[in-house]
Amino acid sequence: MNADAHAGDITSVPKLLERNVALYGQRPAYREKEFGIWQSWTWSEAAKEIEALALGLLLLGVAKGDRVAIIGRNRPALYWSMVAVQRTGAIPVPLYQDAAAEEIAYALDNSGARFAIVGDQEQVDKIADVREDLPGLAHIIYHDGQGLRKYDHAAMTSLADVQAKGRESGDKAKLKALTDALTYDDTCVMLYTSGTTGRPKGVVLSNRNVIETAKNTAGFDHLTEKEETLAYLPMAWVGDFIFSIGHAYWAGFCVNCPESADTMHADLREIGPTYFFAPPAIFEAHLTQVMIRMEDASRLKQKMFHYFMAQAKEVGPRILDGEPVGLWARLKYAVGDFLVYGPLKNRLGFSRVRVGYTAGEAIGPELFDFYRSLGINLKQLYGQTEATVFITQQPDGQVRSDTVGVPSPGVELKITDAGEVLYRSPGTFVEYYKNPESTASTKDPEGWVATGDAGFIDPKSGHLRIIDRIKDVSKMQDGALFAPKYVENKLKFFPNILEAVVFGAGKDRCCALINIDLTAVGNWAERNNIAYSSYQEISQHPKVLEIIKGHVNAVNETVAKDEMLAGCQIHRFMVLHKELDADDGEMTRTRKVRRAVIGDKYDDLVTALYDGSASVYTETEVTYEDGRKGKIKATLQACDASVAPVAPQKVAAE
Amino acid sequence: MNAMADSYVTEDGRTIGGVLMDLREITLRFGGVEAIKNISFDIREGEIRAIIGPNGAGKSSMLNVISGFYKPQEGEVYFRGALRPAMKPYQVARQGIARTFQNIALFEGMTVLDNIMTGRLNYMKAGIIKQAIWKGAAEREEIENRAHVERVIDFLDIQAIRKTPVGRLPYGLKKRVELARALAADPKLLLLDEPMAGMNVEEKEDMSRFILDVNDEFGTTIALIEHDMGVVMDLSDRVVVMDYGRKIGDGTPDEVRGNQEVIDAYLGVAHD
Repeated sequence: MNADAHAGDITSVPKLLERNVALYGQRPAYREKEFGIWQSWTWSEAAKEIEALALGLLLLGVAKGDRVAIIGRNRPALYWSMVAVQRTGAIPVPLYQDAAAEEIAYALDNSGARFAIVGDQEQVDKIADVREDLPGLAHIIYHDGQGLRKYDHAAMTSLADVQAKGRESGDKAKLKALTDALTYDDTCVMLYTSGTTGRPKGVVLSNRNVIETAKNTAGFDHLTEKEETLAYLPMAWVGDFIFSIGHAYWAGFCVNCPESADTMHADLREIGPTYFFAPPAIFEAHLTQVMIRMEDASRLKQKMFHYFMAQAKEVGPRILDGEPVGLWARLKYAVGDFLVYGPLKNRLGFSRVRVGYTAGEAIGPELFDFYRSLGINLKQLYGQTEATVFITQQPDGQVRSDTVGVPSPGVELKITDAGEVLYRSPGTFVEYYKNPESTASTKDPEGWVATGDAGFIDPKSGHLRIIDRIKDVSKMQDGALFAPKYVENKLKFFPNILEAVVFGAGKDRCCALINIDLTAVGNWAERNNIAYSSYQEISQHPKVLEIIKGHVNAVNETVAKDEMLAGCQIHRFMVLHKELDADDGEMTRTRKVRRAVIGDKYDDLVTALYDGSASVYTETEVTYEDGRKGKIKATLQACDASVAPVAPQKVAAE
Repeated sequence: MNAMADSYVTEDGRTIGGVLMDLREITLRFGGVEAIKNISFDIREGEIRAIIGPNGAGKSSMLNVISGFYKPQEGEVYFRGALRPAMKPYQVARQGIARTFQNIALFEGMTVLDNIMTGRLNYMKAGIIKQAIWKGAAEREEIENRAHVERVIDFLDIQAIRKTPVGRLPYGLKKRVELARALAADPKLLLLDEPMAGMNVEEKEDMSRFILDVNDEFGTTIALIEHDMGVVMDLSDRVVVMDYGRKIGDGTPDEVRGNQEVIDAYLGVAHD
């Protein structure tokens, strides 16, 4: 392959950029929708923008080894900033743009960032709030100047001005020397893990980590310079760094940035990516949208949809996996593709997806199969920041909803006696920044990293299967296995349920707290002429509780069929009066529930579920987006679910 | 009055220029009712000027005088130094005055984009025949104006609803679209009739930020009517207070806040 021919002397991302200019100079590297039009930059143009910015940064005093925070939504200028920072020998530290001021302050302080490159006024304001406590922060560079005209510009410059200065009087020779001096073991990027427990940690990834991983996994899926991808996931997340920089630079494909956070769906449709990544929550949101629209569609359309979706469910995944399928079934699938699947995929923006991945959370089998049955090559991967994403992934044609695939190229895997998954790979992180204890407790001297997940290798397929976080898997009072996530995922497949948290460790039975999905339930309410004025009110509506109860009963039925986990059926549940939110610390920024926090915070509710109370009055503290706190009060109903009898033949045998 | 001599710089560093509009001894009657009684004040270039007062104080009538919709029986209106004659609404628009309305006046069936495009009407010169032929002048013109409108859309952060019919939007967004249409006209003087009415706290904060940004970014002079005192005091450079058609206060927010007559008007002291 063309790309490999130049691989030898590439020891950094800036070197990959140089190579791409030589190989793909006139091909698009970045696109962004602005002012209603897709603006694009070729690799040559992007390299010039990056150079100007790097030269300007040097003039501002950025020096080798400095940490430079980058905060904002996905925009070409911020991706350029990452590479420009690397060119100067400094280290980019992308941070979550929706993080509250104190979270940003922690990361800026912990990383010792001297500079911050930010998207807009919102981020400037956040840093201004905490700047007093950050004496090390010398200068802020902003991209979008709207509303910033009146601000004190003594230690603040616009990105365009930095570039202009760089073009005008930058020292190109010095910059080239700094870029050429980068080695394979120099730090490429520092990423803060969201952490379901404790303070975030700065994961240090080297050029070797990023480039080796990108090379191996781009080969795994045969990514070429012709891919198109949409960059919409947080830039601070390792996945985005690998897909939008690692893979994009290795394979030389184009990264497309949406116009704004709200236009992502429309932009997705316009771009039609060939390589697409999304956490299950996004696929779930898409499916919820589809289902809601179908409810509103005409009778005929509904009939057609359900008829062909049933057909797709039967043969779609098998066709995708290249298994033998009868001619008649294939014909029907082709008609379905013309009438339903094709238009639907087009509507969703998935018409051209060649490789699609989901990860971050386990995906419900029904959800997974829905997309596969449409003919979308959706696969699962399993990874973490410390591994530069990839631990295992599913090869084409070997995709199953209950496993996460085979070890990625170059990754070694082993399972401890306690059932914990360990890995070792070229992507294994260097260290946690300024935290040798955590580094030592996570990575042993031989380079094996503990994932914290319980899992096993499926003997039939040789694929890894993850059960749950090892600290969450436990026993119930009677010794039965308790794996909350398994049940929660089943609940979350219902469009009406956004989140669920199941309790039951050490108890005699399981109970659950549930979040309704306001989009789905709100639509249902509208169609049924049910008026409501707030989330809280609709969440406690008797008819809503009735619907949720139906879902819980249905889940209990399927859980009862699993011999190992039959004890995890939900006996009682409550629908929460507020959405679980990262701002309240109940979830991570990547939307993983923090079980312990929720258990503590809603202790009164959990107690009421177990002591048999019919309802409970509660006050909950909430944090608004601007950091202010408030309280909401509510009386919540506890609902009883019907529990299916547990595998009777087994009871008889005992 | 020498307009240029007394320009000044505000605390936050903006330069407020000379007098843009001067209203002298305005009296407006509807039959026997005197809606405005002998009021004089001016609006300076680059400032945010608020007109406040209790219900029925004559604020909206005043705005209609400023916009040229009402012709006062007595008094004169000077705009950019010249006495303004009676004018038709389109002539007012051509002078560089744009406005929003208290009870939203958008084309409900049209998309957000089309609504905002109507704000560019005064910049479209191609006649009906050129428009029909389309290629050439009309097309160039449309592209130029669309580019301008897209900047406004970006500025007000409404990209996601560009193609949505206005009728389907919630109230707060409709208000923003109306502001967008007014801005699209590139006004010298922007008149806002109760821009925050009926909004929740978050929407009010957003709208305040946009008003400040418009003033800051484009240097647009803004005259607004509002009865939410808190918002007005935070936003404005100078405030005119009206009550029963009379002017009872005029000055910076601080000056107005300390004015006994203003306090009385808002607390509802009986008038003799």
